[in-house]
Amino acid sequence: MDALIPLPVTIPLLIAAALLAANPWLNRRVADSAGLVTSLAVAVICGLLCAASRQGLLVYWFGGWRPRAGIALGIDFAVDPFGAGLAGLAAVLMAAAFLFAWHYFDSIGTLFHCLMLVFLGAMCGFCLTGDLFNMFVFFELMGATAYALTGYKTEASALEGALNFAVINTVGAYLMLWGVALVYARTGALNLAQIDRGLQAHSLDGLVIVGFLLICLGFLIKGAIVPFHFWLADAHAVAPTPVCVLFSGVMVLLGVFGVFRVYWSAFGVLNAHAEQLGLVFVGLGTVTACTGAVMCFLQRHLKRLLAFSTISHMGIVLMGMGLLSIEGTAGAAIYGVSHGLIKGGLFLAAGLLLNTLGDVDETALRWRGRGMPMTGLLMTLGGLGLADCPPFGLSTGKALMERAADASWFSAVMLFASILTGGAVLRAAGRIFLGAGPADTQERAAPSERETRETEGVRGHAPWVMLSPGLILVALAVLIGLWPQAVETVGAAAGNFLDRKGYVAAVLNDGSRVSIQQAQSPRPLSSGEQARGFLSVVGACLLACAALFRHRVPRGVRKQLLAAMRPLLNGLESLHSGNICDYLAWLTCGAALLGALLAIALR
Amino acid sequence: MNALGRSCCFWLSAPVLGALFLWAIQGLPAFGDYQGPYGDVLNAVGVGERHTTDIPTAINFDYRGFDTMGEEYILFASVAGVALLLRRAEQPPALRDTKASEGVRWVTPALLATTLVFGVYVVLHGAISPGGGFQGGVVLATALILVYFATGYRQFMGLAPAHRWEAIDALGAGSYAMIGLAMLCAGGKFLENLLPLGTAGKLLSAGTVPLISIAVGCEVMAGFVVLFVEFLKALHDVPEEQS
Amino acid sequence: MIQLPYWIAAWLLLMGLYGMVTSRNWLHMVICLTVVQSSTYMVLLSVGYRTDAGPPIFNEVPVGTPAVDPVVQTLCLTDIVVGATTTALLLAIAVQVFRQRGTLDPAALRPMRNSGPQQQQE
Repeated sequence: MDALIPLPVTIPLLIAAALLAANPWLNRRVADSAGLVTSLAVAVICGLLCAASRQGLLVYWFGGWRPRAGIALGIDFAVDPFGAGLAGLAAVLMAAAFLFAWHYFDSIGTLFHCLMLVFLGAMCGFCLTGDLFNMFVFFELMGATAYALTGYKTEASALEGALNFAVINTVGAYLMLWGVALVYARTGALNLAQIDRGLQAHSLDGLVIVGFLLICLGFLIKGAIVPFHFWLADAHAVAPTPVCVLFSGVMVLLGVFGVFRVYWSAFGVLNAHAEQLGLVFVGLGTVTACTGAVMCFLQRHLKRLLAFSTISHMGIVLMGMGLLSIEGTAGAAIYGVSHGLIKGGLFLAAGLLLNTLGDVDETALRWRGRGMPMTGLLMTLGGLGLADCPPFGLSTGKALMERAADASWFSAVMLFASILTGGAVLRAAGRIFLGAGPADTQERAAPSERETRETEGVRGHAPWVMLSPGLILVALAVLIGLWPQAVETVGAAAGNFLDRKGYVAAVLNDGSRVSIQQAQSPRPLSSGEQARGFLSVVGACLLACAALFRHRVPRGVRKQLLAAMRPLLNGLESLHSGNICDYLAWLTCGAALLGALLAIALR
Repeated sequence: MNALGRSCCFWLSAPVLGALFLWAIQGLPAFGDYQGPYGDVLNAVGVGERHTTDIPTAINFDYRGFDTMGEEYILFASVAGVALLLRRAEQPPALRDTKASEGVRWVTPALLATTLVFGVYVVLHGAISPGGGFQGGVVLATALILVYFATGYRQFMGLAPAHRWEAIDALGAGSYAMIGLAMLCAGGKFLENLLPLGTAGKLLSAGTVPLISIAVGCEVMAGFVVLFVEFLKALHDVPEEQS
Repeated sequence: MIQLPYWIAAWLLLMGLYGMVTSRNWLHMVICLTVVQSSTYMVLLSVGYRTDAGPPIFNEVPVGTPAVDPVVQTLCLTDIVVGATTTALLLAIAVQVFRQRGTLDPAALRPMRNSGPQQQQE
């Protein structure tokens, strides 16, 4: 089992190098198969690691460098169910992306497959590592491949989106490196467990707080939390479909995961202020969830709409994890993984529309989807999933988070976000596949652009190889929701994730497995808690109908409502200007604000 | 936001950020007073355990070799990314090449030979004196770029097609991972240094470190040559700026 | 004055950010990003410095001679590679954008909002 641990990173990287070396001689089928088989192999290995780590943290020291007297000399992988599970999610989404791109996707030699596999290796490495600088290296590796993949289509919009993405994320990476340097100066360590010991040996002062702030900034920027989120809509709207699946499905989730991995493993010194810190995170998450949801509903470019809904859902995951409790973390994990699967399916549906009908603009596609029932089904199921409909995993996660928070405003925010995001997708599905709604729409103010097809030889009908991955992903999300032991198992894994003492002990002793104190697992959800999910579904459907049939509403009422909301909506839309300098100004503001909040909360 | 709005945003937040940084810096140990254990432990044990006198290289390719593998793949991914981003649908028009001056054409071969030898020296002596795969690889790439200055665009491009340099780049990156896997298959941990360690200070010492150094040197050299070639191809006929 | 190198590093960071926020040209933006990166070099190397100590190379001096921290030097090396590769990617994208849009002004290059001078495709 030990020998399997380095493989999720090594195998994709090795195959990627082989693909590039053999670029002029490989034919398409070999490259496609290599990508698909590698992703599935990594998914299987991650699944095995996930199961094996449930008994105790799996620690693997690279180069055989065991720690001496509590000083870590080398780099370790500390595999726990959350890390292995996220890496598995990345591999599953990558397999779906490769299946979608099979044969038809316009691949430039093997460059696409090569970069995607390196991306997979980087994501797996980020999830599994126990060393802070190693996290930075994989963060940058993810970034380098992501920037290139965003600009894949080399159209002006794609390149501009890639530029915005690259600059914002690179600034985030340098801020994180500052944080790493500050923490290293205090503790003399780069290993997360050793950092925890080192920080606890001193008191909490400005150095530690600012170090934590800077490290979190890097991850929050990657996780697209307001006000660092502007890059995401630009990048996801222009990247090719298989790449969007990964960005929205798992890459942004890794940002939020990174914050809490570092907090729970290395910043035990902040434990005394857990309540105030949690409040800051929940507040950030709330603002993100609401902003993302409102912006989502205003869009007409399908990919941009889905990008904003990702922002909103990442806000919800941050809210859940910011509760800093086992139930909240477990709920957020189930929510995040299910969201990744559903969002992957939705992006694949958008890709199908792009490649068969040649457009992703909701208004331009009105009723043109009538000959594509399976794609319509996929999109509708995705919309219901985003609206937290009960058979989908998102409803389980949401109900668990609501129980953990036990506050009505928390539930209200989640309800608001799911109604708006689910409603937006259902509205789009109704317009595209059923032709509902007027030809002229209110959303024409939102930015949109004629996209070029990404494939060759696909016209009129959607081939099964492009349709099936989306349906499989949605089916997986349903399976998570129907899994009876979901709450127990993920709750136990969350207990491991939050167990700092066990983590440090397992990593810094001679590396042998230490069984973690099993904390109280959350009890399963009652049917009453689960049934609340129907509330948001009904709300989403009503909202979608209201949007589509608004011309039935009396004119006077409509005018008044719009007059009240227009200034806010216009203001929000103009903030998302596409100008990188604006984004950087907001980044500086957000960094200062977050820093001030943390300074007040943690002093 | 207009420029004024952005400036306001920035000038309101920058002092706060500056204050936060000053607060953090107060907690730092005084400049010149390095305290942490990590570096001291490695300085003390590095020579004895790894039989290498250049501790940063030992850290780079042995103690923290996994980080360096990730870093190498960052270079690999960027090279592939640049090749992807600068691709063109059609062939650029052929341009007249300007001939280099006599002075350049006479001096460059001497410079080229010296730089090549120096580059190989730096790569091979990574475990002994300052240097290693990355530094030597960049020197070697510079040597090859000197050829461009001496001979001009067309002959430089004829030196080797871009995909051959990409193949060398990929082989270098793949070799690093292969060395790690080979150690895994040999029964050790990934990237464990299982080869005979030799004597410190001699050329053949420190086990896998010279091997990895050579792999990285090849990769960095090929990677930077590909970057240079791609940019040359792209910039060869960019129109004058119009705005 | 004992903290001066750190203050300089912080100043570089803020100055680089200022340059980026007020930039009117993408090449200028990329260079300012390099300035931000150099602040990370400064802080890393300053953290590892030890007064009156030599480099951590022991082929001519015995083991045990005071030496500076080698770990931050390797971190810096990684940082340099990361910076060089990101700059290369950004410049490649900038070249392609200029070829297509004929301008490098961030205000004109906004994804999905076609404004600013358009360049005819060759």
